[in-house]
Amino acid sequence: MLSDSDRIFTNLYGQHDWHLAGARARGDWDGTASILARGRDAIIEEMKNSGLRGRGGAGFPTGMKWSFMPKKSDGRPAYLAVNADESEPGTCKDRDILRHDPHKLIEGSLIAGFAMGACAAYIYIRGEFYNEMVVLQTAVDEAYAAGLIGRNACGSSYDFEVYVHRGAGAYICGEETALLESLEGKKGMPRLKPPFPAAVGLYGCPTTVNNVESIAVAPTIMRRGAAWFSALGRPKNAGTKLFCISGHVNKPCNVEEELGIPLRELIDKYAGGVRGGWDNLLAVIPGGASVPLIPREICDTVLMDFDSLREVKSGLGTAAVMVMDKSTDLIRAIARLSQFYKHESCGQCTPCREGTGWMMRVMYRMAEGRAQVSEIDMLEQVTRQVEGHTICALGDAAAWPIQGLIRHFRPLMEARIASYRSQSLPVAAE
Amino acid sequence: MADQEFPAEPARFVFDTQSEAEIAKVLARYPQGKQASAVLPLLWLVQRQMARQTGSAWLPRGAMDVVAHRLEMPPIRVYEVATFYLMFNTKPVGRYHLQLCTTTPCWLRGSDDLVAACKKVAGIRAFGETSADGLFTMTEVECLGACVNAPILQINDDYYEDMDGELTVALLERLQRGEAPPAPGSMIGRQTSAPVGGATTLLDAAPRTAQPVTE
Repeated sequence: MLSDSDRIFTNLYGQHDWHLAGARARGDWDGTASILARGRDAIIEEMKNSGLRGRGGAGFPTGMKWSFMPKKSDGRPAYLAVNADESEPGTCKDRDILRHDPHKLIEGSLIAGFAMGACAAYIYIRGEFYNEMVVLQTAVDEAYAAGLIGRNACGSSYDFEVYVHRGAGAYICGEETALLESLEGKKGMPRLKPPFPAAVGLYGCPTTVNNVESIAVAPTIMRRGAAWFSALGRPKNAGTKLFCISGHVNKPCNVEEELGIPLRELIDKYAGGVRGGWDNLLAVIPGGASVPLIPREICDTVLMDFDSLREVKSGLGTAAVMVMDKSTDLIRAIARLSQFYKHESCGQCTPCREGTGWMMRVMYRMAEGRAQVSEIDMLEQVTRQVEGHTICALGDAAAWPIQGLIRHFRPLMEARIASYRSQSLPVAAE
Repeated sequence: MADQEFPAEPARFVFDTQSEAEIAKVLARYPQGKQASAVLPLLWLVQRQMARQTGSAWLPRGAMDVVAHRLEMPPIRVYEVATFYLMFNTKPVGRYHLQLCTTTPCWLRGSDDLVAACKKVAGIRAFGETSADGLFTMTEVECLGACVNAPILQINDDYYEDMDGELTVALLERLQRGEAPPAPGSMIGRQTSAPVGGATTLLDAAPRTAQPVTE
């Protein structure tokens, strides 16, 4: 079990003061100037050595991402965009950072921005997080007033601005290029890649988009060292991670733990166990709505990290663990996720715009049982036609939960169809 | 929906001094020539000003034109944005906008009971409707990102967490009596996202001291 002294987010639950004075007492903004004095390359090297993988869902190595930014400016400014558009169903970790540890994020923005040669950070926060935005903006104002950001940030002779930008209710703006479109004042429709944002991003300038948690852990990694961080977790899955445990557990909560903790231990130790006991567990969605569910027998032994979950054809995603006990109508639970993707599809790519609506309608029929058994295969096939055929990953994310359901619970779907048939009286053809 | 209960499209929309002070701050955040970036912040300011002035947080078409003119954007670009983002209301809403999350994490914890409670107390039949007295509009929203405190009812800017049907009825009846809304957050007394009964980690009484810088 991770000891409190190795936890990064020491004000996770807001039990202490989030203002600058409180943050400083917890070690934030300590020696930031000397971190910057080590230089861009040394910071990026330290981040690479730490093994930190992006905390927004894809798990791309953070240090490597920073290294893609141009070493010398061609005259264009460079930007850091912080993705605080946390909207993945099940996920509520960035919210706690924004409202309880905002100074970790602001200090991290300075360090990351400096390392990539950026002149400013735009923190794009989802519109619903109004109160969190007020806290964050206050913390930014405090940092400016104390000379920590702005001109000659922390006395480093580096100038760095931090701006808070509020979204207005669109899941797709969590996709990095849609976020940039939205920041430019447009509809949040993802851009084709390449060019990648590191070459052509915000306002056509080099830009890196990072998740809140990835940025907020950077100052602690720089202070305590890559060796400390990479010793936690498992090989290639280093460090600590915020987990969100929701659904049918006795005590839903957020908690910071090492990557690679067994799923069962995470649920039993921190979330008070599955409602009705472990034997009452039906399935878990381990990484936010976009990853396939895993049935109980996999939950018994699986470890919570990127590679272990990939081995069981699921994913760590945002580490949002949704627990479903045996009382759950699993088909309806997944159908509701299909409704989510249908609602949030931006409508740009045909396979996604049409496919998400079609999949939702069929999934709700499957939940009723009003379907043919052969339609299960057709549904599977359609998910394959959406997956990988769209500009962004929303199409994939809409396909995977359904594929997971069919993979593990096909007999349940067939039984639902059979039960509907046996109950319904014959009627004239529609 | 009883649209006649609401003020019609205002003849003219003008930013008030409070909004103008905010606009000056907002425009300073974006580079020269990139003022279109301020479209979301300015639409937010319109919606807040409408709430201040009329009790209904929405975007009249005339106000979108004012924003377009101010940011030197074609009006159609502003309409596109206003209709793309769910949180902008292109029609008037009630004084209290009930935004009910029914996505799977909230649904697993009983969001159906919240929907039923809202319908019952407000006398509303379906999402998108406004109560006859203009007090409540009920909207179905997607994941609000507070899932370990599910189910969530968002009223205007505030999250009410760890809700159930009875708590929802009590909350809405309180608003109907004309009382101020309670403080947002957990309605069962939890410390934010910590487990019920108190945190099991981070138990040090005093905040930890700073860590040494490694060289």
